[in-house]
Amino acid sequence: MDDIQTRLQKSSRATRQDYFGKVICYSCIGLIILLVACILYFIASKGLATFTKNGVNFWNFLTQSDWKPGDVDKYGNPQVGALPMIVTSFSVTILAALLATPFAIGTAIFMTEIANKRGAKFLQPVIELLVGIPSVVYGFIGLSLIVPFIRGIFGGTGFGILSGTLVLFVMVLPTITSLSVDSLKSVPMHYRQASLALGATRWQTIYKVILKAAAPGLLTAVIFGMARAFGEALAVQMVIGNAILMPKNLISPASTLTSKLTTEIGNTVMGTLPNNALWSLALVLLFMSLLFNLIVRFIGRRGNIKNER
Amino acid sequence: MNAKKSDKLATGMIYGLVGIVVSILVALLGYILYNGVPDINWHFLTSEAQSFSAGGGVRDQLFNSLYLLVLALIISFPIALGAGIYLSEYAKDNWVTDIIRTSIEVLSSLPSVVVGLFGYLLLVIQLNMGFSILAGAIALTFFNLPLLTRNIEESLRSVPDLQREAGTSLGLSGWKTITKIILPMALPGILTGLILCSGRIFGEAAALIYTAGQSAPSVDYGNWNLFTETSFLNPMRPAETLAVHIWKVNTESVTPDSSAISSASSAVLIIVILIFNLGARYLGNKLFKKMTASK
Amino acid sequence: MKKKTIISSLLALGALMAITTGCSNSSSATKSSSSEVSGKITAVGSTALQPLVEKAAGDFQKDNSKINITVQGGGSGTGLSQVQDGSVKVGNSDIFAEQKDGIDAKKLVDHKVAVVGMAPVVNKDAGVKNVTMDQLKQIFTGKITNWKDLGGKDEKITVVNRAEGSGTRATFESAVLGGEKAIKSQEQDSNGTVQKIVSTTPGAISYLAFSYINDKVEALSIDDVKATDDNVADNKWKIWSYEHMYTKGDPKDATKKFIEYMKSDDVQKKLVKDMGYISTNDMKVQKDSKGTVSDK
Repeated sequence: MDDIQTRLQKSSRATRQDYFGKVICYSCIGLIILLVACILYFIASKGLATFTKNGVNFWNFLTQSDWKPGDVDKYGNPQVGALPMIVTSFSVTILAALLATPFAIGTAIFMTEIANKRGAKFLQPVIELLVGIPSVVYGFIGLSLIVPFIRGIFGGTGFGILSGTLVLFVMVLPTITSLSVDSLKSVPMHYRQASLALGATRWQTIYKVILKAAAPGLLTAVIFGMARAFGEALAVQMVIGNAILMPKNLISPASTLTSKLTTEIGNTVMGTLPNNALWSLALVLLFMSLLFNLIVRFIGRRGNIKNER
Repeated sequence: MNAKKSDKLATGMIYGLVGIVVSILVALLGYILYNGVPDINWHFLTSEAQSFSAGGGVRDQLFNSLYLLVLALIISFPIALGAGIYLSEYAKDNWVTDIIRTSIEVLSSLPSVVVGLFGYLLLVIQLNMGFSILAGAIALTFFNLPLLTRNIEESLRSVPDLQREAGTSLGLSGWKTITKIILPMALPGILTGLILCSGRIFGEAAALIYTAGQSAPSVDYGNWNLFTETSFLNPMRPAETLAVHIWKVNTESVTPDSSAISSASSAVLIIVILIFNLGARYLGNKLFKKMTASK
Repeated sequence: MKKKTIISSLLALGALMAITTGCSNSSSATKSSSSEVSGKITAVGSTALQPLVEKAAGDFQKDNSKINITVQGGGSGTGLSQVQDGSVKVGNSDIFAEQKDGIDAKKLVDHKVAVVGMAPVVNKDAGVKNVTMDQLKQIFTGKITNWKDLGGKDEKITVVNRAEGSGTRATFESAVLGGEKAIKSQEQDSNGTVQKIVSTTPGAISYLAFSYINDKVEALSIDDVKATDDNVADNKWKIWSYEHMYTKGDPKDATKKFIEYMKSDDVQKKLVKDMGYISTNDMKVQKDSKGTVSDK
């Protein structure tokens, strides 16, 4: 009797397994949260030091366009105006995402809905291959092909936002495409069957059903693509000209937050203003990326049909 | 315009877009391979790099890249898997989950040099690891977790709920259902994430300069003892990967044949990634068929 | 089955962490207790200097197998701040510690291991081979904007400067600009990229270390003095600087031995020349941190 009683009162093997699994998953997510918190704290503490320790006016930082952290202007204020870089980062990322998204989603639709299996099987590894090409190789290809091309067509030096956009376009294409393919694949088969049974054409099915059902996943894909574009430095730096000037047009030399950060961080001394100012750039980058993220989510929430599994 | 026509038009447009993408791909890969392949030979693959004289190879860099990839995946994959399972199976649909998701996504936009410096200050200096493959692998983990987690979550989600219900109705525990039914079903998607992420590991330079370092001390490939300085398996030795080597050769190298080394290394890198990519896909498909008993 | 893999990989990860941290601790402990000259030297800093130190370290370790040297890049600023913090033994820099804000130069000991000369380079298209120092200054301050004003082609000048705060830029600006500020322009960090940009962009001008000058770009003479090692040695060519290896306090044991090796004839007569640097022994003059040149 007792034996049976204890056996029944003890949690079953399945429960213990469940518990065990939960512990593992929770600790993994906990670890990631800890990591995110660490990095955020690290960047915030360094980035905010510019304003707290070095006494830079936050408003000036965002709105002025002279960047010479080692120098002071005629009023004795350090010259840390990040506006040109913020504008440039913003435009390059948006342009690259706008340009790449139709191509990426088109390719993803082709791979999941139109092409036969063999076509998709060939295309996917090749697209994924692009992720592994080091940025510096993209940069040099951009420098030897795209910059002269732009110079030939539009004049100027060829360095500028346009060249940066084109290089980034190729770099974010694989990320957006692969993630889009996954989210299109995750649309249940019976959606397609239902739509086709109603007499819809393939395009109507894709446009009215599949794309809508996959919208959240597609948006995530675009977010990750933009994140990559935002954070990319080595390649952009070579083709954008890397000059801290307010971009006048798409073909005048400019500089992004990351390209400045990467070029100068090795030359500055930790704890000094020039170094802190660079961390502030990283902080701005995080905030901008957060902003993008929220905007994209907001757009996604409207016009999204509830995605029931 | 009637439905038939617009269907034709849209299909045509998609074909057009795909055509452009494919031609970009082919042009890009063709350019790199065309420039690089003629310089690849056995000597290049099996000899050490030279600081300033011609004729250096990439033996150590190639091995380091692969070794770093293995280490980074060993560290990041389990964590991402656990987190992905949490997000898709356990997390409630509320603001906490939203915040977690958003912060993970925001993290992925950090420039690699920031991750590199963070890794440098935390791992190399604070935890006293020195410039080492391990520090590099952990830094790359920071880097890869967002994309990988997100990808695993998405692929787990794409498994129809029917499968979960089936598992539960068979009397399996939730955990068993996840590991025995959902995970195998989601394998192809997870694989994509893994491949994308290994691509980034192969191609990453800026984060590694500050963590795994940019010099490749000579190592002994016959020494299998993990703990000796000269062993090729020692995770505590500094290691320059192929991508870092390409970066270094392009930016600060004075070797007379630097452009040849750079293009040949790029081509080698692409070929290695391709092999890895196809290999992973092949193994993944086999595993998928075995675990899901399909066909 | 899957669960087991997860567990085992987690376990393996944990074990790996434990082993490696344990191993790094124990190895450093045994090293410091040993009595003969042995030890671990980490040198961090200037990417331009890195290949030289790395190569020298490799040769040095052949005779001193007990000394383990790691040479990494990261930039002069990183090198100086890390050696000041004591995180690394040697900080490589291509700029005087005195010229960097936030570095207490008194705590650091300077070891000059080589001299590097720099020259302005232009795209071959420009059609200019010689400029005066004043013209060069006017180009970089934005007063001369077309090559035809210097007798070249009718082409706009594209100035490519070097990264703010880099040693190369500091040297160039102190020798050429004489206190004036350069115009806002493109900036690039590395010699390789600058060389590539100047050689492909019509009308571009920048400056490079001697060893990166090749036949794809046109090196300018200044006031009819050619950019050669000999002209640097007697300061006829004004744009040059030292490559420094900084230590915190006087170097000891292994570090001392290595720095002595860097200054020995083995390195100075051979490696330094092979890398395109000029040996400090060949210099007839010396420069201090304020840029004042005096006879040696």
